[in-house]
Amino acid sequence: MREITFSEAIREALREEMKRDETVFLMGEDIGRFGGVFGVTKGLIEEFGEERIRNTPISETALVGGAVGASITGTRPVVEIMFADFLAICMDEVHHKAGKWRYSHGGQFKLPLVIRTAMGHVFGAGPEHSECPEAFYLHSPGLKIAVPSTPYDVKGLLKTAIRDDNPILFFEHKLLYNTKGPVPEKEYLIPFGKADIKRNGGDLTIVTYSFMTHEALKASETLSKEGIEAEVIDLRTLSPMDRETVVGSVKKTNRVVIVEEGNLTGGVGAEIAAWIMEEAFDFLDAPVKRVASKDVPIPFNPVMEGFVIPNTGDIIRAIKEVVYREK
Amino acid sequence: MKIPEEKLLWIYKKMLTQRMLEEKILELIPTGKLTGHFHLGIGEEATFIGACAALEERDYLLPTHRGLGCVIGKGIPLKKMMADIYGKATGTTKGKGGVLRICDAGLGVLGLSATLGGIFPIAMGAALSSKLLNDGRVTLAIFGDGQSNRGTFHEAINLASIWKLPVVYLCENNQYAISTSQKKAMAIKNIADRAIGYGIPGKVVDGNDALAVYEITLEAVNRARAGKGPTLIEAKTYRWRPHFEGEGASYRAPKEAEVWKKKCPISRLRKRMINLKLLNQLQDEKIKEEIAQEIDEAVKYAEESPVPRPEDALEDLFFPSVMESSK
Repeated sequence: MREITFSEAIREALREEMKRDETVFLMGEDIGRFGGVFGVTKGLIEEFGEERIRNTPISETALVGGAVGASITGTRPVVEIMFADFLAICMDEVHHKAGKWRYSHGGQFKLPLVIRTAMGHVFGAGPEHSECPEAFYLHSPGLKIAVPSTPYDVKGLLKTAIRDDNPILFFEHKLLYNTKGPVPEKEYLIPFGKADIKRNGGDLTIVTYSFMTHEALKASETLSKEGIEAEVIDLRTLSPMDRETVVGSVKKTNRVVIVEEGNLTGGVGAEIAAWIMEEAFDFLDAPVKRVASKDVPIPFNPVMEGFVIPNTGDIIRAIKEVVYREK
Repeated sequence: MKIPEEKLLWIYKKMLTQRMLEEKILELIPTGKLTGHFHLGIGEEATFIGACAALEERDYLLPTHRGLGCVIGKGIPLKKMMADIYGKATGTTKGKGGVLRICDAGLGVLGLSATLGGIFPIAMGAALSSKLLNDGRVTLAIFGDGQSNRGTFHEAINLASIWKLPVVYLCENNQYAISTSQKKAMAIKNIADRAIGYGIPGKVVDGNDALAVYEITLEAVNRARAGKGPTLIEAKTYRWRPHFEGEGASYRAPKEAEVWKKKCPISRLRKRMINLKLLNQLQDEKIKEEIAQEIDEAVKYAEESPVPRPEDALEDLFFPSVMESSK
């Protein structure tokens, strides 16, 4: 199968959906001829024109609020928020407007809108350009959240997101944009709420998503040499979340490590750990272990940044703890 | 401008409907049958109804929180409105949004942002849909003087101006944001002067003169429909009632409201219509009787309507998705 990058896979999804449905359009800062700061939308303005690829001033609240207004009146906006940290600027539009509009108006409206945004550390981007803020939005009832880790997943999930009639936060990790992977030329979709088991194993379950999936896989390969076989579950979407796959795996392995890049406290892992307790407590042979960023902003200096963000070493240590092996 | 007789009569009837409906609410509040807070627009009927009179049925409206007048003006039946006021299952929001959220997707009443200032981007987005779909619709956003101080005002009107979107921003300047006088909230006299910053027309109108509001709004609506972009209108008026029923309005000089009551927009229009021989006392009494009867029927309908089931609270969050595997 051909291999393309994560960025190319996103671009293909956007292009295919824009061709399929002329009500799909893009809005974002520097997404025009410049192609977006990560180059994802390069070439789209030449192909679809300025009406449908709308390059905007710095106006996050107008972008997301505008997407809400457009989505309730018959078009399907895909907004790019340059850095996921910037979602905090338009939190009212994301949480209250996109997340509550349908509900608070008695289900009269549908909101087919996607907010694509780049998250995660990228070596020295500093405290306001490195965040993984998905846990904030997981707490918001009316949003769907995608956190893909591979070119194959990002394409299939983005196409589904654009066709969904609900507001979707679509998190793309910056360190994934240039990663390559197999993507079929033939069209396919990936449903929300279906995790992907990226590695099979019987000794413990690692629940993770986005960039940390790759760190978890690396850690698993290392430990395989020591005879520990981890099952790596890539959630792919956080809302809806595929509890069934996670619980099924926990019942088999009896041990769990949850790995995320966001801050530990109040993180996605806390939520997952809570419902594993509720749904699979009797199957656990060790306490659930969380690996996440330390509870500070992401610092600029690479030495400190590397210390704050979890790495394969942290994951390996956590695994050894839950399988009761020597550290 | 020569205003057709039937339009004048329509405006008069709708203004009376707003007045009498809101007076009915005042009557009902002490009975304890209603829940929530009521932000009444008594004294501001000319602004709400005059503006809505300039819209076509297909046009979109984003009302303000003092917006019973404008949703009446857009044609939502009183029965449905009253059911919302009572929080009943038969209301437009099925008890989820309350009196503030009265909406109707079919009539183009797109709903309310209860975080004030939220409607600016949403109106911009609805107008963007109209531009992309070339559907000939115009969006009217009505907001108070207080809302115009939000950053969303700037971001949205700036974008609407750059893109020449078919949207009219109409400020119902009743001079107070809860307790804060406009005079202490901005260094300029006219909110309409802010239009200069966006290169769009900014117009000040006597908000108690229904026909003047109608004419100036119609001009802006026509301009928007012709693809010439947004207009900012400021209708200067006054709310006779407190911000919400129950607060004492102690922040206003005692005589201030009395002065404005002498400028009653309904009496003013009535005199004009009598002078033009479009109305006589007998007809006026008959109109009032008809409206009173319609309101009584609406109250009866609302009181007899079922309350929502508690578990209905779990409905209407997401639009049903085809591509979803679990939740």
